[in-house]
Amino acid sequence: MNNHLVTDTVTLTGRSLRHVLRSPDTIVTTAVTPVVMLLLFVYVFGSAIETGQDGGYVNYLLPGILLITVASGVAYTSYRLFLDQQSGIFERFQSMPIARSATLWGHVLTSLVANLLSLVLVVLVALAMGFRSGAGVLAWLGVAGVLVLFTLALTWLAVIAGLAARSADGAGGFAYPLLFLPFLSSAFVPTAGMPGPVRAFAEHQPVTPVVDTLRNLYAEQPLGHDGWLAAAWCIGLLTASYGLAMTVYRRKLA
Amino acid sequence: MPPTPAIQIDGITKSYGGNPVLRGVDLDVAPGTILALLGSNGAGKTTLVRILSTLLRADTGTAAVHGFDVTGEPARVREAISLTGQFAAVDEILTGRENLVLVARLRHLEDPGQIADELLARFSLTDAGRRRVATYSGGMRRRLDIAMSLIGDPPVILLDEPTTGLDPQARLEVWDAVRELAQGGTTVLLTTQYLEEAEQLADRIAILHRGRIVVNGTLAELKALLPPAKIEYVEKQPSLEEVFLALVGDDAAPAHEQA
Repeated sequence: MNNHLVTDTVTLTGRSLRHVLRSPDTIVTTAVTPVVMLLLFVYVFGSAIETGQDGGYVNYLLPGILLITVASGVAYTSYRLFLDQQSGIFERFQSMPIARSATLWGHVLTSLVANLLSLVLVVLVALAMGFRSGAGVLAWLGVAGVLVLFTLALTWLAVIAGLAARSADGAGGFAYPLLFLPFLSSAFVPTAGMPGPVRAFAEHQPVTPVVDTLRNLYAEQPLGHDGWLAAAWCIGLLTASYGLAMTVYRRKLA
Repeated sequence: MPPTPAIQIDGITKSYGGNPVLRGVDLDVAPGTILALLGSNGAGKTTLVRILSTLLRADTGTAAVHGFDVTGEPARVREAISLTGQFAAVDEILTGRENLVLVARLRHLEDPGQIADELLARFSLTDAGRRRVATYSGGMRRRLDIAMSLIGDPPVILLDEPTTGLDPQARLEVWDAVRELAQGGTTVLLTTQYLEEAEQLADRIAILHRGRIVVNGTLAELKALLPPAKIEYVEKQPSLEEVFLALVGDDAAPAHEQA
């Protein structure tokens, strides 16, 4: 370790943000699939779905769509990290007197910025489709906080995939299973109507409490048990994936 | 007493999955000299360079660069060296100038912008400096790569096959850059498969074969290992390289016109 971690992370984040700015299509691509799902579910399936809650179906659906946005966005992190290793620039950085974990942190912070931009795009589309909330600044800060934690947790998972991948396709492919988790949760329909085993899975996986917490935050409902559960899942996932990513990283360097 | 070697390698071994690549390498490089490490593909040249640049750990043996042990004080070693790997490790999405500024920042130097501009001028890349590296020719990329290695004036430079894949013109440019470095007192360890490159550049030549250094000496010493030259009269035919350079060399496009 040395004392350059912060400055080196800033420098490398600047570099990889430039990559994002020079291919802004990655931000749009990240938002396209969730937006299509939003349109499809609100205008096609929505009329057949009974959520038993106030507000239109778009209000019910938005949190799950936001999580899908993050799950598809973090694939770019694996991809960029993989390309850095392929091109040799990763080794150049590692042979320089920098704080070595800064190479990872640069990609992680870039992922955070890029995903937040995609999330803003998706929320704007939802607003145009009639999403409304009377929630105050504090509740929206809460929403942002949950999304930041969730993005960080998935990004560190993406770092593991990027470090372990043997091909560019493999680097991005890890995200597909993540995209399906929201379908087996309370994101699209309430879990109460699901058959036993499916319902048991849906109610005990991280997406459900995270979705419910986001929904409660902007519906101005008490968070209760779900809030704690969501925080525990996000922080637990974040800690585990960060720890594993660092272990893989150190093993790679040894 | 001879000066402390800039690079000191003692009994380095390294195997990959039971397959020995380095079987006890001993090698010293004196400060301010160019040593060419010759070897065929798979001889272990890159493995040795990776050990010296703290990217890989040796199984046994010790290596010190600029007086610092590569396993004991890797951070000090990284301050003393610069690595130019086998494939030009430049960022294609950034411009040439941005690449140089990036490295200057990561070396925590004052005024990265000025350092970048000076190097662009020195490597005839000023006009291309604001273009993305993805538009550069192979030779321009390699020149940028070497320019990036010079930032911060590291006393030891490791060049892993710096001219592989370059056209003859670009190779000559790289050779000039390496000669200039050595004149400035930098120690250079250069790996190559091209015998001519070693003859042209190196103060000493070491041959790595089957995981060991089989010879190490000056060009004259190496030549003396063979029976004395006998005089034969042979019609001098120009080499294809001489023909190529004679035809295109004079009006070879300056860097900014290549793409």
